[in-house]
Amino acid sequence: MSDHVLAEIKNLHTYFYLAEGVVRAVDGVDLTIKAGRTLGIVGESGCGKSITALSLMQLVPSPGKIKEGEITYYQTIHKTESASTSNVIEITKLKPNSRAMRAIRGNQISMVFQEPMAAMLPVRTVGAQIMEAIMLHQQVNKAEARERAIDILARAKLPNADRIVDTYPFQLSGGMRQRAVIAMALSCNPNLLIADEPTTALDVTTEAQILDLMRELQQQYNMAIMYITHNLGVIAEMAQEVAVMYMGKIVEQTDVASIFRNPLHPYTQALLRSIPQLDDVMARAGQKKRLETIRGMVPDPYSVLPGCSFHPRCPQFMEGVCNEVEPAVIEVEPGHIVRCHLYASRTTKARAN
Amino acid sequence: MSKKTLQKKQLGRKTRRQIPEGQEEEFYRAGQWQLVWWKFRRHKLAQIAMVVLGILYFIAIFAEFVSPHDPLHRFKDYLSFPPTAIHIRDAEGRFHTPFVYGMKMGRDPNTFRPIYEENSSIIYPIGLFVRGDPYKLWGLIPSDVHLFGVGGGDEAMPLFLMGTDTIGRDVLSRIFYGARISLSVGLIGVAISFVLGLLLGGISGFFGGVVDEIIQRVIEVITTLPTIPLFMALAAALPREWPQLRIYFATTLILSILGWTGLARTVRGRLLSMREEDFVLAARLDGESEAAIIARYMIPGFLSYIIVSLTGSLPGMILGETSLSFLGIGLNPPTISWGVMLQDAQDIMNVAHYPWILWPVPVVVLAVLMFNFLGDGLRDAADPYVS
Amino acid sequence: MLAYIIQRIIRVIPQLLLISILAFIIIQLPPGDIVTRQIERLQASGVTVSEAQAQALIRQYGMDRPMYQRYLLWISNIITKFDFGYSYTFEKPVAQVIMERMGYTFAIALFAHIFTWTVAIPIGIYVAVKQYSIMDYIVTLVTFIGLAVPAFFLAMIIMYVALTKFGIRTGGLFSQEYMVLPWSWGKFVDLLKHMWLPIILLGTGGVAGTIRTMRAMMLDELRKQYVTVARAKGLSEFNVIVRYPTRLAINPILSSVMWLLPWLFSGGIILEIVLNLQTAGPALYAALRNQDMYMAGAYILITGALTAISAILSDVLLALSDPRIRFGGVEGA
Repeated sequence: MSDHVLAEIKNLHTYFYLAEGVVRAVDGVDLTIKAGRTLGIVGESGCGKSITALSLMQLVPSPGKIKEGEITYYQTIHKTESASTSNVIEITKLKPNSRAMRAIRGNQISMVFQEPMAAMLPVRTVGAQIMEAIMLHQQVNKAEARERAIDILARAKLPNADRIVDTYPFQLSGGMRQRAVIAMALSCNPNLLIADEPTTALDVTTEAQILDLMRELQQQYNMAIMYITHNLGVIAEMAQEVAVMYMGKIVEQTDVASIFRNPLHPYTQALLRSIPQLDDVMARAGQKKRLETIRGMVPDPYSVLPGCSFHPRCPQFMEGVCNEVEPAVIEVEPGHIVRCHLYASRTTKARAN
Repeated sequence: MSKKTLQKKQLGRKTRRQIPEGQEEEFYRAGQWQLVWWKFRRHKLAQIAMVVLGILYFIAIFAEFVSPHDPLHRFKDYLSFPPTAIHIRDAEGRFHTPFVYGMKMGRDPNTFRPIYEENSSIIYPIGLFVRGDPYKLWGLIPSDVHLFGVGGGDEAMPLFLMGTDTIGRDVLSRIFYGARISLSVGLIGVAISFVLGLLLGGISGFFGGVVDEIIQRVIEVITTLPTIPLFMALAAALPREWPQLRIYFATTLILSILGWTGLARTVRGRLLSMREEDFVLAARLDGESEAAIIARYMIPGFLSYIIVSLTGSLPGMILGETSLSFLGIGLNPPTISWGVMLQDAQDIMNVAHYPWILWPVPVVVLAVLMFNFLGDGLRDAADPYVS
Repeated sequence: MLAYIIQRIIRVIPQLLLISILAFIIIQLPPGDIVTRQIERLQASGVTVSEAQAQALIRQYGMDRPMYQRYLLWISNIITKFDFGYSYTFEKPVAQVIMERMGYTFAIALFAHIFTWTVAIPIGIYVAVKQYSIMDYIVTLVTFIGLAVPAFFLAMIIMYVALTKFGIRTGGLFSQEYMVLPWSWGKFVDLLKHMWLPIILLGTGGVAGTIRTMRAMMLDELRKQYVTVARAKGLSEFNVIVRYPTRLAINPILSSVMWLLPWLFSGGIILEIVLNLQTAGPALYAALRNQDMYMAGAYILITGALTAISAILSDVLLALSDPRIRFGGVEGA
């Protein structure tokens, strides 16, 4: 498995210009996506994780706009079995509806959304909607496209794929539909699959099956996955790298083991504490102890808080620092970065050493 | 958090910016009507519409006073007189308060149509509160003071801002008097619709079962009937010898035949859905009587929808009256309404020579447009918890 | 699906019955009975009516029988003989008056509908896609005004402008000289020359409403996730709009083609009167001015029945265009 960088997001700002004010949905995000690996992005709803993903495909809905930042996509062109060249595409420099941008969407980078029920047009068959993408990006005729659609549906473990290809989306169950949607996303062998909470709307058993399927297909196609969720349990299962987002910023980023073993940011710690642990539950049985929640609400999205955006909810809030100075990104350990004043001294020490 | 409070929060976020600092507390304590009003105030067009409609109804109420002339007064020297030109500068270039010149009628030797010549030697200033045709305000208070006009008695040149019709009656005064009929037809029609709709919709939604089924079928059939032919047939069936007042009421009754069905459906639907609401269940558990639940919990809950539904049916009624009277099968002279005035325009040659007889057209359009704007604003404001 | 259609047809039968009763009541509304009025009319025009003739008329209209029997007589004549009664204004059976005018009525209504759609659907889609743009505001304002201006107002203004500025006397379907001539190429061309104005005016009447419907439907659909999914596939914006949301939003409008049937009779009745067309609407008007109620009864019965039937047809058409209903899916049915 190659470990080269597939896509790079640098200093991304995506703002929504509403009559009521400007929403800084994504406010300075840096991310690196490596080929064949899974990057998990976790955060509460409204933290900007979905908008980061949509920015990557230049699909931010109006009145949203990428205000600044760079998104670079390293396209690998296989010339022969062994030799390949790399083609660097600056996504942010492409016009959202340009031919070049559209050639990337669905072909190089594709996306699976949260609601399998709403992801397909109810009045066209599953097959027609999959074949559309195949015929758009690959030079094949209708019969071949149909063959490929059946093949990919079968790979997504849909029984009777040759029959399913002619059904309408509403005739499938939620789990089957999400398989069909994943099949549609994979129909052109993308190098990067963005999965935006693809299992949130499903029940737990189906969720497990879909996660298994995605991992299997990732192996088969050797693609990278950017997995967006609010569920840390899913992250543990799927991702190798994790980025925690809060109010448009990445507050902590590291590998999946460190995030569970050694969470640094108070927000990450709070998120972890809010997951019910089986042994905790057993231990608490009999006692009336409640599951911890993060106090307070996600602030008004129109407001711009001075200092760290988490400070009103932070249990380790430091008056005069957290509410005044914006924390810088600190690399506490190699590959483990955090955006928090608590660790400011640790870097200086690290640097001093 | 319940859905309602959540929605209220969301609204709060959007509306807060329009609320002065320090009054946020007030916002959260505001009642439903306060919220409706705040939301309505954001709808600029609807506010303009309310002002314009207010003026129109003021004119209708005080038609005798605001009209420069008696609408039935035939000015024999000014048949089909074009709208009077208003000047502020006389022939010698001197400035005055707005005035009109005297006019002399002649006949075109070929067509025998009246033609008018300006006599720039005599100036008649336009004034406020001038004496003119005597009238009785609302048939009670005798007076001869008009809001504006040309003073100076019978000798003076009368003011015809919108010209006169073929028999020399002032178009503007007729439009003012016509507003009385044309704008009240809608209100009375709405009142009838309101009673019928609330009653039948209430019965339908409250009792359910067979009664509901029958009422719903009847509504279905009534909405199936073609509006204009039905209006026409009913209006034509009115006995010719009936007095004008009775014809007027019969016409409004006809116009409200269709209006109530929509309201009845709204009321029924709301009642049915509200019966399932938690707060109704809570009231029932508190031991409130069914009648009290309807009166105190359910009706306030959808009163705003009723108002919206009623405002929505007003323009249709105004246009209905205009159409029927225009065709000569609704109201007829001597009754004055905008539709009746347009009867003169049925002959296109009349319009070609005296286009000012089309003045009721923009007036009707204005009234209907304003009601549409108002209805739109009210519809948005009706549910203050949805942003 | 078949069960659904049968169920709808069964439901419509009592509805039709009720419509026919209402139509009959309307016929009976004017004071005095029909026969007496007709005899008065004949005598007024100088025809002497003998007692025997009067009796014959009374029997013919069933005036010697109770109301419900008269209703049965009237409705059975309609069903068995397509006899809607006699119009003394036109001195012809009502059915004949209507049939004679059906051809023009149909042609004008059809072309007016086509005009409405060709203009309104693309505009509706466009302003929905460009919501909150200047164009959107302009179109919204214009449709608002359009809904407030009845077609016959517009007709009067256009006729006035045509007459005073261009010296064209509009109105009618034929020029004076062709009115009485048999059909010829010249008469056909003359007809076309006269038809475009009523077609555009009638069509314009529906434009504002159709734009608003189309815009609202499109806005609903554009928010759906499948639109983003379609974009994420790499489709061009045009294809995304046309193949996805439009496909759903346009269905209800296209299936409303069935409403053309009742619309034939009452869509632009006042406009047709103002324009003095030889269509069915003005015939009703002429009859009603004389309280010639059989014409009105026929009109209301036919239009009401067509409306009820069109409702079924358009629902069936909608169902056929939507697989969710066709296959009895869970949603939307």
